[in-house]
Amino acid sequence: MNNKRRVTVILAMAAIAPLTFTACAGGGAAPASGGDVKSLTVLDSYNNDPDKGILQASIDKCAAKVGVTIERTTVPGKDRMQTVLQRSSSKTLPDVLMLDNPEVKDVAATGALSPLSDYKVDMSAFAGNSLDAVTQDGQVYGLPLPADTLGLFYNADVLAAAGITPPKTWDELKAAAAKLTTGDQYGLAFSAAATYEGAWQFLPFMWTNGGDETKLDSPEVKGALQLYVDLVQSGSASKSVINWNQADVKDQFVAGKAAMMINGPWQIPALAKVPGVKWNTVQIPVNKPGQTPTAPLGGMVWTVPRTGDKAKQAKAAEFVACTGTEDSQMALGKARNTVPTQNGLHQKYVSEVPTMAAFTKQVEDARSRTGKLGKDWPKAATTIYTAVQLALTGGASVDEAFSKAAAG
Amino acid sequence: MSTIERSSRQSPQLRPPKATLSARKRFSEENVAKVLFVVPAAVFLLLFFGYPVVKNITMSMQEYTTRTFFTGEAPWVGFQNYVAVFGSNLFVPALANTALFTIGSIAGQFVIGLALASFFRRRFPLSNFLRSMLLLPWLLPLIVGSATWRSILDQDSGILNRFLEALGLIQEPIPWLTSPAVALTAVIIVNIWVGIPFNVTILYGGLQDIPEELYEAAALDGATGWKAFRHITWPSLRPVVSVVLVLGVVYTIKVLDIILGLTNGGPANATQTLAVRSYQKSFIDFDFGVGAAYSNILIVISLLFALIYLRANRRAVDE
Repeated sequence: MNNKRRVTVILAMAAIAPLTFTACAGGGAAPASGGDVKSLTVLDSYNNDPDKGILQASIDKCAAKVGVTIERTTVPGKDRMQTVLQRSSSKTLPDVLMLDNPEVKDVAATGALSPLSDYKVDMSAFAGNSLDAVTQDGQVYGLPLPADTLGLFYNADVLAAAGITPPKTWDELKAAAAKLTTGDQYGLAFSAAATYEGAWQFLPFMWTNGGDETKLDSPEVKGALQLYVDLVQSGSASKSVINWNQADVKDQFVAGKAAMMINGPWQIPALAKVPGVKWNTVQIPVNKPGQTPTAPLGGMVWTVPRTGDKAKQAKAAEFVACTGTEDSQMALGKARNTVPTQNGLHQKYVSEVPTMAAFTKQVEDARSRTGKLGKDWPKAATTIYTAVQLALTGGASVDEAFSKAAAG
Repeated sequence: MSTIERSSRQSPQLRPPKATLSARKRFSEENVAKVLFVVPAAVFLLLFFGYPVVKNITMSMQEYTTRTFFTGEAPWVGFQNYVAVFGSNLFVPALANTALFTIGSIAGQFVIGLALASFFRRRFPLSNFLRSMLLLPWLLPLIVGSATWRSILDQDSGILNRFLEALGLIQEPIPWLTSPAVALTAVIIVNIWVGIPFNVTILYGGLQDIPEELYEAAALDGATGWKAFRHITWPSLRPVVSVVLVLGVVYTIKVLDIILGLTNGGPANATQTLAVRSYQKSFIDFDFGVGAAYSNILIVISLLFALIYLRANRRAVDE
């Protein structure tokens, strides 16, 4: 290598080297706190229309009311927790954060959220069951958006043709499902997938029968599992239920391959696209007369993360409080087929959205998943869906399924 | 940085009095240049390979949970996470599934890939077009591929069962993804489909490198067809084969998206592999310490295969 060439090379290297280092030196200074808050950042997981647009309208209304502009970011629901964790560690949490209600306790326990009582947000109008999921150590950390839950959808034409009234008890459910199973059509579809979705779908039967997540090997819980096994073994429900998520269940129902399904009101827009399928909903059937159909309470929650900027946090709380007002809850509830989480609003809501009558009752009696177990809920949920899978595939008897699953 | 400045400033003066320059100094200048050539690669390696590996090892010895992300605290727990991994009732099944999945996938991919590559060695109309069509599974996002396969393999309405029934090959629909006894096989079949393009491409390249004269000479000696394959193709292809197999093992052992898309580890944990366990521990249970322990075990296994490959290669060079 002659000298000239070497010099050029060295110069080139010298020119490149700083580039490598500037890449790491990025990042801005922390935002100045205090003063007049003009804008808030919001992170939510309604990343697809129509939900995205519906939520935007709700956000805009409250933003105007509290006098801020909103910088909104959406992430897909399945990436939500990972995004929250990443932004926790880089200290870039948004001013207003949407979480799914079973996540709130876990995130609150890390210290990432500030209790709403710090900002005197009035939560007294909210239903007790909706607060169970967002209360940690006596402090409320989130304001519930209108909620959803599970119910029994049925194809009205098919049931009428078979002369069957919507089942109210498990015996009626089994009989109806058996009778409705003809040709390509199964009587009932539900999701028993190896995911939290599978656990969430099992809860209505488990809780309705008096089972409890703190005691999974009780006869009440096993009774619910026996119902699943009976339905699948008799052929009234497909063996594929163990591989279906709730969207698959809806597809089966819409395609006429299931006469009834366990699903939630978020499927209503998809069902509306198929006018040929006339559907209706009832509450989850009970095992014995006198039981109350008890389904899990689903739904999102607005929280105020600790960002370190007190003025912005206060403004964020003002924004969140606005989403809890009657106007906001009713508008969002009507647009998204979700039930306002304040008991006082239910009558008005049902009169305006009669299709949601069964779901509204179901939400009133619903239970939150993390109410009793808090951050240990995911472990219980894993045990539940594993036990369901074991029992439905013959990997374990109903009696042994839960103890075998818990040992995993 | 200071060395670079000095050398770039001084270098122009070096030229005229070349003879007076001490050999030692020139030597060190050259060394600086050499080092500078290595620096970008070294920084890259340290940043993108060294750091993650070290971080993964330390993480596997910490209680690293959701809390850690906010507080930055990750209590040191030593080998407790590994105890949790080895003590789990799912560890042995997951290890066995990983082995079956890897061996089954590689065997299927390689045999079919080699057969197709040999087939495409002959020129025939549309052979180039068909060969490029074979790459299709490679171009398709895996999550799309597995969603499609999930509907193909559906027990009741899936096209595969309907097709087999129409042919009269089966009487009862096969519970591809719903029976713990069959699900792993179904997942392997899909992974073979995914892996064929890779095998065909590399093996086809290897076949192209075998000189035609060898076959002509062998044909004169009466070696054609199977004999030609056994005595010419196979020995000439050996180096390529070992690359394909080792890369195949390393790629297959960590397959995650296909299994998540098809079965999510179910039914009843029948398709749990070490990679799935690692993912579920880290990103579903948010127990990152245990998840890291699982992935370290995977890394060690991959490393073993890489070492075997390197040894085999060195022997080949020595020969």
